[in-house]
Amino acid sequence: MTGNDNRLINGALKLHIAACVLFIFAPILGSFVFSLNSDRFPSLPLGHFSTEWYRLIWEDPFVWAGFFNTVIVGLIVAVIATLLGFGGAYTDFRYNFLGKNVYLALALLPPTIPVVIMGLAMLAFLSRVNLSGSAISIIIAHGVMCSPFAMAIIRLRLSQMDPDLEAASWNLGGNEWATLRHVILPFTKPAILAALFITMAVSFDEFAVAWFVSGLNETLPVKILGFLQGQVSPRINAIGSLAFLSSITLIILAQMLLRNSTKDRS
Amino acid sequence: MTRPSLYSLTLALPLLIWQLAFFAVPLIFLIAISFWTVRNFQMMPDLNFGNWERILTRSVFWDAYLRTAILATTSAVLTSFIAFPAAYAISFKLSERVKQWLIFVLIIPFFTSYLVRIYALQVFLSDEGIINAALGMLGIGPFGMLNTTFGTLVGMVTLCLPLVILLQVFSLNFVNRDLVEAAHNLRCGRLRTVLAVIVPSARVGLVIAALFAFILSFGDFVSPLYLGGGNPPTLSILITDITKSGQQWPRAAVVALMMIGTLLSVAFAAITYAYKERGK
Repeated sequence: MTGNDNRLINGALKLHIAACVLFIFAPILGSFVFSLNSDRFPSLPLGHFSTEWYRLIWEDPFVWAGFFNTVIVGLIVAVIATLLGFGGAYTDFRYNFLGKNVYLALALLPPTIPVVIMGLAMLAFLSRVNLSGSAISIIIAHGVMCSPFAMAIIRLRLSQMDPDLEAASWNLGGNEWATLRHVILPFTKPAILAALFITMAVSFDEFAVAWFVSGLNETLPVKILGFLQGQVSPRINAIGSLAFLSSITLIILAQMLLRNSTKDRS
Repeated sequence: MTRPSLYSLTLALPLLIWQLAFFAVPLIFLIAISFWTVRNFQMMPDLNFGNWERILTRSVFWDAYLRTAILATTSAVLTSFIAFPAAYAISFKLSERVKQWLIFVLIIPFFTSYLVRIYALQVFLSDEGIINAALGMLGIGPFGMLNTTFGTLVGMVTLCLPLVILLQVFSLNFVNRDLVEAAHNLRCGRLRTVLAVIVPSARVGLVIAALFAFILSFGDFVSPLYLGGGNPPTLSILITDITKSGQQWPRAAVVALMMIGTLLSVAFAAITYAYKERGK
């Protein structure tokens, strides 16, 4: 960079970035700090260190029930969304057909619809076909909302693949299924795993649609919503911190897989 | 055209069927039930315009509509202005390594619970909360921030800022660096280069980023409820209230359809504006 007053402007811009990051992360870090604090409603000066809130959630059977619902729903959703997303990504990669735009819009639009509207539509429809109020209804809704993420991740990986690779396999006598199994799947494996982790993380934190359709089978985020509607409870911070740690582990795993796979290519 | 093979159908159809059955059909079903009637707490198929009439003639609805639209617009504009200097610096001033790292950092919030963040913000913003206590040590305040429009906007900006910065960075990365260099060589001032060269070249991305902020804020019910106090309600709060307090789903459907209609019009207008007179 040239010029002499650059340093001042650049310094101000960097400060601004730092302020934005601080603003975005203050609530996240705050909830960590509050979860380990003795005060019911923390303020300055902060109270003393305490693991009370973690003990409370550890002993709360409802939190455990919510936790198991969340994990089971998350695992099933991850598998379904990744399978659907893989099919969609491969279809987009390999084929051109009439109405492809409609196909892609249906596949990718769900995250842009406000969650209250998705929640209401799902609730009205699923209760009509007698599926609401069960864990299945959450799985169905999360499948819709998570498969676009899986599709996008796997599609990106496919776009790094040499299209001739598939043709070469066919020339060597492999039929389409064998090629899928021995060429495409190994190549996209890191993205498939990343998609599993990411969709699981999305499902872990989704509360709004789950709240609309879940009935009595509440997942943990829906529990949190319940706590919020009740009185102040620092248990939210404890649950939130644990949920954050598990989500972030999944994301870092996904990130490492994707980064290593990009290196493989070169 | 050849007939699609079993192979291609096996891969393409599951997603299509799932999204048709569980995404498209529920949304279309929403249109249908907006004409249904409720008798004895049961929804009955009908072709009744009563729900539409009832919602659209109420000032409660229109007040909420106006409030939601103003909140979402303010949030989109505010977030865009806060995000731009950061996105500009990330795209133009930082090394590739720092850039990658910051992008990763900005993705993290998408995988944190929005609810937990809003709860933490309550602790920050309340009358005896962290911010007021800190200000009190300096001898200022306290300021009422929780259960105000300010509180709602803080929540909405927290929600939108990472996404808007990321989208702006991606669009700024595509700005032709030669144009910027040329402006420099022609002695175009720094600020003028940004306004006359960089912003117009990145217009599509900047508008789409603002559009996403609008969509997210327009549909958000958590910030208006837990940071804004929920009263008077926004459209999304109306939906949750109507839905959760009984079987008046047809009326909630009317509100939801009005929201979808608004979002589609805004998206259409924004995209038309973004691509208008390109390259002129």
